Amino acid sequence: MANVQEKIAKLFPEATFEEGEWLLVNIPDAKWHSLAKTLKEDPELGFDYLVAVVGMDWTDSLGCMYYLTSTTHDTHVSVKVATTDRENPMLHSISDLWAVANLYEREVYDYYGIIFINHPDMRRLFLRNDWVGYPLRKDYNADPDVNPVRLDHEAVDDVTVSYVEDGDGKIEKKEITIFKPEDFVVNIGPQHPATHGVLRFRTAVDGETIKKIDLYLGYIHRGIEKLCEGLGYPQTLHFTDRLDYLSAQQNRHCLCLCIEKALGIEVPRRAQVIRVMMDELMRISSHLLFMGTFCMDLGATTMLFYTLRERERILDIFEKTCGARMTFNYNCIGGVMDELDKDFVKDVKKLIEIMPAAIKEYDTIFTGNVIAHNRMVGVGHLSKEDAISYGTTGPVGRASGWACDVRKTTPYSIYSELDFEEVVLQEGDCMARFVERIEEIKQSLHILEQLVDNIPEGEICAKVPKVIKLPEGHWFQQVEASRGAFGVYIESRGANTPWRVKFNSPCMNLAGVVDHLTRGSKIADLITIGGTLDYVVPDIDR
Amino acid sequence: MYDLSKGADWLNQWLNGFCPEWLTVTIECVLIGVVLLLAYALLALFYIYFERKVCAAFQCRLGPNRVGPAGIFQSVADMFKILIKELISLNHIDKFLFALAPYLVIIASMLCFAMLPWGNGLQVIDFNIGIFFLVAVSSIGVLGILLAGWSSNNKFTLIGALRSGAQMISYELSIGLSVITMVAFAGSMSITDICMAQKDLWFIVSGHVPAIIAFIIYIIAGTAETNRGPFDLPEAESELTAGYHTEYSGIHFGFFYLAEYLNLFIVAGVATLLFFGGWMPFHIPGWESFNHVMDYIPSLIWFIAKAVVLSFVIIWFKWTFPRLRIDQLLHLEWKYLLPINLANLVLMVIVICYGLHF
Amino acid sequence: MPYSDWKDNEYIEHLVKELKDNGTNVVVGTLDNVINWGRSNSLWPLTFATSCCGIEFISLGAARYDMARFGWEVARASPRQADFMMVAGTIVHRMAPVVRRLYDQLAEPKYVIACGGCAISGGPFKNSYHVVKGVEEIIPVDVYVPGCPPRPEAMIYGIMQLSRKVKVEKFFGGVNRQEKQKEFFETHPLDEAEK
Repeated sequence: MANVQEKIAKLFPEATFEEGEWLLVNIPDAKWHSLAKTLKEDPELGFDYLVAVVGMDWTDSLGCMYYLTSTTHDTHVSVKVATTDRENPMLHSISDLWAVANLYEREVYDYYGIIFINHPDMRRLFLRNDWVGYPLRKDYNADPDVNPVRLDHEAVDDVTVSYVEDGDGKIEKKEITIFKPEDFVVNIGPQHPATHGVLRFRTAVDGETIKKIDLYLGYIHRGIEKLCEGLGYPQTLHFTDRLDYLSAQQNRHCLCLCIEKALGIEVPRRAQVIRVMMDELMRISSHLLFMGTFCMDLGATTMLFYTLRERERILDIFEKTCGARMTFNYNCIGGVMDELDKDFVKDVKKLIEIMPAAIKEYDTIFTGNVIAHNRMVGVGHLSKEDAISYGTTGPVGRASGWACDVRKTTPYSIYSELDFEEVVLQEGDCMARFVERIEEIKQSLHILEQLVDNIPEGEICAKVPKVIKLPEGHWFQQVEASRGAFGVYIESRGANTPWRVKFNSPCMNLAGVVDHLTRGSKIADLITIGGTLDYVVPDIDR
Repeated sequence: MYDLSKGADWLNQWLNGFCPEWLTVTIECVLIGVVLLLAYALLALFYIYFERKVCAAFQCRLGPNRVGPAGIFQSVADMFKILIKELISLNHIDKFLFALAPYLVIIASMLCFAMLPWGNGLQVIDFNIGIFFLVAVSSIGVLGILLAGWSSNNKFTLIGALRSGAQMISYELSIGLSVITMVAFAGSMSITDICMAQKDLWFIVSGHVPAIIAFIIYIIAGTAETNRGPFDLPEAESELTAGYHTEYSGIHFGFFYLAEYLNLFIVAGVATLLFFGGWMPFHIPGWESFNHVMDYIPSLIWFIAKAVVLSFVIIWFKWTFPRLRIDQLLHLEWKYLLPINLANLVLMVIVICYGLHF
Repeated sequence: MPYSDWKDNEYIEHLVKELKDNGTNVVVGTLDNVINWGRSNSLWPLTFATSCCGIEFISLGAARYDMARFGWEVARASPRQADFMMVAGTIVHRMAPVVRRLYDQLAEPKYVIACGGCAISGGPFKNSYHVVKGVEEIIPVDVYVPGCPPRPEAMIYGIMQLSRKVKVEKFFGGVNRQEKQKEFFETHPLDEAEK
């Protein structure tokens, strides 16, 4: 880490540094783009993976926190860029360096009104084009009369704007065409059976071939991050269950870890084991649902019923302990809410016993099918470089040869003690993504096998203060959710409510890569590709 | 084997006894029409229920079981519902074609339906190019689908209709060729003659290799013709919401829905006719007493039972296989089925010329 | 299930009473009964879900809860062919016009079930700047199914209540519900541009 700091200090004398879990670099906006270029392209630094962009309102200034990771050197760095101009805030865009920054920066623009210079597409991401104000600013006017529920449809725009900087630093507003008038644009979504929720693709097609996709988000944007700012820390927990409801346990685990890190709480061993077991059960159930719905999208409806049969079994295990089928509210700050059910061990053992036969059945009915093979092999190829640039973590990234499992790269909880393999496939097509998930189910079962007989006795929750107040500072924590690396950023100013909470969801990156993957494929491939990316829309929109 | 045409002859004579000829013909036509429509509706209702039960069985479910005993009135309830549903009138559509399309589809399937050999002597009309007529009218259906997709003025329906056009016109070739193969074997295009030719042995047995190849191709192409999975691209639910009939509501949609199920029966029925002896009972040469017992089962039951078993196979396809992509679908037809089919026709001709069949 | 077990919905009991009091023509009444029997036993849902409740809706269709038993499994993707719309999940500002359009696209007679806390009142996201506080702000609702998300059993119960409601309506003559609908649309007009 000192290496990185020295190197940056030499090249950019104006940068200041703060030590921490992630080295923090403060840099003025004028130098930011060239620093970013160095960070990415210098072989000794090689920060090729943009983990998160957190928009911030520090009241005296607006700005962004950038979290970067090098996949080759396994080093981390964070950069803070700020501007004091509240009327017309502008920062330089890095969307030309990391593809994923495109959506991240649009999100920041939507929340804070920060305009990114040279960004190719400065439209709002989640909110309507005619929305008044920027909701995550601290001085946002939340009066419902300013933004009432409107029943008129927003104008569909075929052009977007970009703020381009010319040679001598003058910024000009330019119009960029998305679809030409002669394009045959099909609107897929927001209510469409194959978009897995309310996602909207405006798709330009040439016959059956897709030419371009324009992504519209925000049809389930619930403003969770803003809501968190008004609630106490334990109260923010329940939102995580409703983000990606198929990774409810992992998401909540992540937020708990982040708060525990800030408070310095040691979680009892028993609680850690329970948490990991719940995470893995959740992963299996999520992958099972993925297989079912994906096969249904391809037309093999029957498969859905077979995978759901096993999923119901896992939901039973959850239900006995947590009392709910989907939104569990089980993890809490310091441990878990409640004791395990007396049947838990027996049920998990039964599950481990039946799953291999079930997986074999899935393989026979679907994976081995020649039509399924033709539909998936070679479709939607994602190279490793693109996977990193688009930040597609999780099974999608690993199917493209990128070893990005947070459980291995930065182990949390008890994962470092467990014996499991990180399945990495090289093909990068839909078939690889499908097989990857089947293999991950097997690995998760293996983890459960190791733990089910070794749940230690003891406390299930550490002692935590009645009123939880985090010290001043900021923390970033990642876990491996069912769909990839789920991150939580918390900034506290010492109150019992957070100053800023940011959920860095893996699904947004997955949605961002759709256009790249589908160009030149058939409409039916859009369904295959979208299915194997397996995004959960409420997790994208938050 | 009881000849059911005797009943029809008796009716004809009885009517002639007190009616002028023109009235007799009119009454008979109306009677046939009513009976056919009734049979059509009842069979469609049965098929909807049948498919729902079969797919439930495949999916470890129960299927409809609340409306009537074992849910048998479920599709009747659906029919009442669909009859009184609103017919939405849309702006920006070609109103005439939009209204015409479902009728074209249902008329095509009714005409085919009327041509099926229901039993010994139980047939609407027996003319010497029966099977040719059947293939010809079945292709009117694609016109209805194309019109439905185009006149709805909706991009999804248009894509669905174009897919359907490409698919049905391609697979019509396969159907036609495998029918020709069997017609060559039977030596006649008359439906009764084809049935009678299978008196001792069904074609699937007597025609051995080429007949089996023709059957496999026919059943694949037939599944594609009825737009059922794995060839349900024109209405691929996960891609095009409901395909070419996205904009239809009420009974107009009901027509498409009925026609889809009836086409399933028709495809199975034609396969029964061409390969499994139509209404002919199962006979084994030499086993006289066995053949005699088989003859006691009425021909109508033989035909319907064979058709239902074959349609069960087609339903089985749908609930097992994933859907093909449009280019793969066309590859399958033009690169595999069509050449195989042509070669098979030659093979059949050789088999006939050298008398290699049973 | 015996009727007495069901007699727990004041609203429907009220409807029944009203119907009985007003009396009806024998022929029309019988026809009404037949049609309502058909309608109440053939409720086809629109495939529509925005969040968690949608996953429970999938579970509802799967083997354990099997809504096909009641004939509800014919989920139509096209609103023109569906009978009721299960608003499963949060409705946000950007989605509101879409939901309204979907409702308008449904063919009469049409029904709405507000499924889950979010659709009923905004649920846990009630205080958000971007969440519609209950779907009844934009479309008329027939049945509310509470829960977060409601269990599949609750959904079955909700749809059965809807089925009962359909059964006691008059199809010919004044359909009680349609008057309510008219009233609703007078108080919730679409913008001029939409017409």
